[in-house]
Amino acid sequence: MALDRRVGFFEGLKYKGGGPMLAWILHRISGLGMIVFISLHVVASFFTQEMGSDWAISINIVYESVIFQLFIVFSVLYHGINGIRIIILDLWPRMLRYQKEMTWLQWLVVIPIYGLTIYIMIQRMITGE
Amino acid sequence: MQTRKVPHPGWNLEYLMFLFTRLSGLAFFLLAVIGMAAALIMGARYQMDLGTLMRWTFFPNPNHVLDSNIPDVTFGWANGFWQIMQFLAIFFGGTHGLNGLRVVLEDYIKRPFWQIVIRLLIFVLWVFMILVAVFVVLAS
Ligand code: HEM
Repeated sequence: MALDRRVGFFEGLKYKGGGPMLAWILHRISGLGMIVFISLHVVASFFTQEMGSDWAISINIVYESVIFQLFIVFSVLYHGINGIRIIILDLWPRMLRYQKEMTWLQWLVVIPIYGLTIYIMIQRMITGE
Repeated sequence: MQTRKVPHPGWNLEYLMFLFTRLSGLAFFLLAVIGMAAALIMGARYQMDLGTLMRWTFFPNPNHVLDSNIPDVTFGWANGFWQIMQFLAIFFGGTHGLNGLRVVLEDYIKRPFWQIVIRLLIFVLWVFMILVAVFVVLAS
């Protein structure tokens, strides 16, 4: 699509799609992120179990770092909740009239859950429990 | 200019995968609720931290709860029921995710030749991933 219109990458960034466009791009990035990281993790576990390599251990060191956990928790949570919004809109198209409202309502659900999760995670890391 | 076509209801890949994506999305929530509820009933509240509980909820593999205070995971946390739950999670997750990868790539790649190449590659990857994951589940 983007290629057919011959819009450059930086011009594309100037497109003002607002909240719904942010939702679309975050849904894409989080979905691709999960499929890439989960596949790597599964293949690495396979090599560790079947051939005793320590591939899985070295990958898990990266996966257990704080930055990575902040990213993956966000991906799972955001993709799941945004996915529910997409499913509701697809099954019940009359709700499309309220899609702007649904997009920000969704942030009202995501932010407290994510905030609480990372609060607990960081607190545990600092106290070392 | 050409935008992505809306799939028409019927027995075609685009529509079936559209339906599959929505239904598997709902199925993930069901699997997660079952996994988390069972973990809490089995005492997760006092035996593990939040991260461990989340890993188990996402994929109920006994290796995900080894780093906890559970005295013996073979007692309730590693059995045929959880293996079936893991197979379901793999089938739904792998198919949903790799189909999603196909959708994203086909948004940017329009030449019919390359579309066929991509579909073949993703199909091979899909079979490979599911086989590898089944091995991992059986060996954990
Ligand atoms: C609670 C769980 C989930 C829900 C409700 C959900 C829902 C959805 C929905 C409705 C779509 C279609 C979006 C569209 O047509 O525009 C989608 C796309 C996608 N999902 Fe999920 N999903 C979930 C979990 C996952 C997981 C675990 C993965 C990775 C393994 C994943 C990877 C993807 C990818 C790569 C796409 C394509 C993104 C795109 O087309 O832009 N999803 N998801």
